[in-house]
Amino acid sequence: MKFSIQINEGPYQHQASDSAYQFAKAAIAAGHEIFRVFFYHDGVNNATRFTMPPQDDRNVVNQWAELDIKNADGEPELVVCIAAALRRGMLDESEAKKNGIEGNNIHPAFRISGLGQLIEAGIQSDRLVVFGD
Amino acid sequence: MLHTVNKSSFERNSLQSCLNTIDDTSVILLIEDGVISAAKNANSSMLADLATQGRVYALQGDVDARGISSKVADNIKLVDYAGFVDLVVEHGTAVSWV
Repeated sequence: MKFSIQINEGPYQHQASDSAYQFAKAAIAAGHEIFRVFFYHDGVNNATRFTMPPQDDRNVVNQWAELDIKNADGEPELVVCIAAALRRGMLDESEAKKNGIEGNNIHPAFRISGLGQLIEAGIQSDRLVVFGD
Repeated sequence: MLHTVNKSSFERNSLQSCLNTIDDTSVILLIEDGVISAAKNANSSMLADLATQGRVYALQGDVDARGISSKVADNIKLVDYAGFVDLVVEHGTAVSWV
């Protein structure tokens, strides 16, 4: 079965991202496909490549990255909402350039895109599961 | 339908809202702080009724993490994440009461 996941909260304040990650891992282990994970609202904070948790703590961002969720064209299907990301200072290379800002912080396993990607995920997937607070 | 509730009924009334609105075939999965409502003393009569019908589940890992494993009300079924996935497959649309 084809699943998509929506995450509305950041990595440390709430359990949403951890729950969603455990769910995604279990779905993959059961032979299901994760079509897309959509990071919305504060959930965009799960995509920063600058996170440096202590060594004995899980690295939420890397955990997601290691799931390596990609489409047939090899593009990441860990999708970060552009409007939510930009207002929180989350930029990829092209958005940084476009806005004249030096540096970018979106992890390469994620990509920035629009809300249409969430709607499409809902249409293309058999199930959409939301994790938030 | 599968309804997931992730808040304790001592914190928010999302479980009660869910209980008030779900249809006769829906099931409830308590996750995160929602599992607090699975404890015997926290259990509402509406939830207990649904549990008697075998329609209430709680996520084992979240139950264990909150130290209420020995206090889970009768008839509430414990599932792991694989069981969570199976519930989503089995019950169609998943509604998250966040």
